Amino acid sequence: MIHKYKLNDKFILLDINSGGVFKIDEITYDILDHYPEKDRNTVTKLLQSKYKVLDIGQSIDEIDTLISSDELFSEQESITYDFKNNTSIKAMCLHVSHDCNIRCKYCFASQGNFQGEKLLMDEETGKAAIDFLIYNSIGRRNLEIDFFGGEPLLNFALIKKLVNYARDKEVQHNKNFRFTITTNALLLNDENIEYINDNMDNVVLSIDGRKETNDNMRYTINNQGTYDIIIDNLKNLVNKRGDKDYYLRGTFTKFNLDFSNDVLHLADCGFDKISVEPVVAKPDMDYALCKEDLPKLFDEYEKLSIQYLKRKKDNPFNFFHFNIDLDHGPCLYKRVSGCGAGNDYIAITPLGDIYPCHQFVGDEKFKLGSLETGIINKDIKDQFYKANLVEKTKCTDCWAKYYCGGGCLANAYNTNLDILSPDEVGCELEKKRLECAIMIQTEQ
Amino acid sequence: MKHIIKINKGTLNNLEKKGCGECQTSCQSACKTSCTVGNQKCENK
Ligand code: SF4
Ligand code: SF4
Repeated sequence: MIHKYKLNDKFILLDINSGGVFKIDEITYDILDHYPEKDRNTVTKLLQSKYKVLDIGQSIDEIDTLISSDELFSEQESITYDFKNNTSIKAMCLHVSHDCNIRCKYCFASQGNFQGEKLLMDEETGKAAIDFLIYNSIGRRNLEIDFFGGEPLLNFALIKKLVNYARDKEVQHNKNFRFTITTNALLLNDENIEYINDNMDNVVLSIDGRKETNDNMRYTINNQGTYDIIIDNLKNLVNKRGDKDYYLRGTFTKFNLDFSNDVLHLADCGFDKISVEPVVAKPDMDYALCKEDLPKLFDEYEKLSIQYLKRKKDNPFNFFHFNIDLDHGPCLYKRVSGCGAGNDYIAITPLGDIYPCHQFVGDEKFKLGSLETGIINKDIKDQFYKANLVEKTKCTDCWAKYYCGGGCLANAYNTNLDILSPDEVGCELEKKRLECAIMIQTEQ
Repeated sequence: MKHIIKINKGTLNNLEKKGCGECQTSCQSACKTSCTVGNQKCENK
């Protein structure tokens, strides 16, 4: 399978099964509309009014060379998804607080409490979660914990205790913990910033972009926009963070279809690691994205990618979805198994219930079990185990499959009530992002 | 080659010693919603 496209006046060709990426000229681009299905003579006749016969011949020779070295139209590896380690847990989203100090219109956590009571995780549950992770991560060394909420800083004392606890345990069990915290930044201060910068390998900081965009969706309990409260906190944290990872994480919705301006606004504020993503929402929400929004959104991604390249020289920033590591990306196994929700990734609620991932928390149907019982809902476990590229019919013929991994299962469920049936709007956006990301790579 | 420039030689077909499972879980990295495995790094050096 191949995929070719034109973007930013460049012609790009992908060989899907091998992951090969090529920059081609317009002749080759046009030839590939017909070749190799049609033979050389037929293709030459078809195109000779537009190109020189000699050039057509040369280009076809080059295509043939790549086909014979299995670099173009390469064979599909037959792959099964039950590879080593993929059900041994490695990552845990730890919901230390199901309470939140702000209100966001699009919050999948229903304003912090995940369709349940406002709760803070206690120490015993937190420690049990870490033990659970250690004992269920057989064969893995790198383990990830994301302190999540609601707003995790509402339970900051617990986070500190759990980090210490995990650090003690990692030596004993030969594990390496990587911590992340995802916060709305409202409660950040010098003291917790110092702690976060010392102890968290990654920080995900929520802000949607420009003040009007942000404040339209993210506001305090008294209906006050959060932008003015958090912007200095964010700068304070990032300025003191040195080289360590962080991401400003925003969401775009129907209300800011021109989201490239939000990304650039954050870059203009001096932030250099930015992730702004489409909202995951049930289609009947007024802020949900729909098919009609796609042309505008495609245009935004393209505009952003061109700006991104321009700024690479003297004002670079990193946009999460434009990161693609063509040389050292993950292996085919990882690409086939996808996001890992319910397999190598789970979420734990303040009461110790286990869900496939943070997006499913609170929807009882998806409850896998609890820290006490372990994972007992084998039916759900099995459904998520099978939610991979091999089993998703929509993905089989999709050129983006090995970059995408099969999309967000929660998104699929929200739109189609079926985790195996990816959300079409999500797919279209993913494909556009990938085209932009690969185009950027070909320019470096 | 004159018409085709190779940016990257695909190696996905090579599965030898792969599948160790040490690389980062996609959703933990930054996104928390939109999968994309292609931007993770392989940790199997
Ligand atoms: S873009 Fe959609 S169809 Fe393509 S691999 Fe991803 S989820 Fe599957
Ligand atoms: S289902 Fe969606 S939100 Fe959950 S881990 Fe997968 S990609 Fe992330």
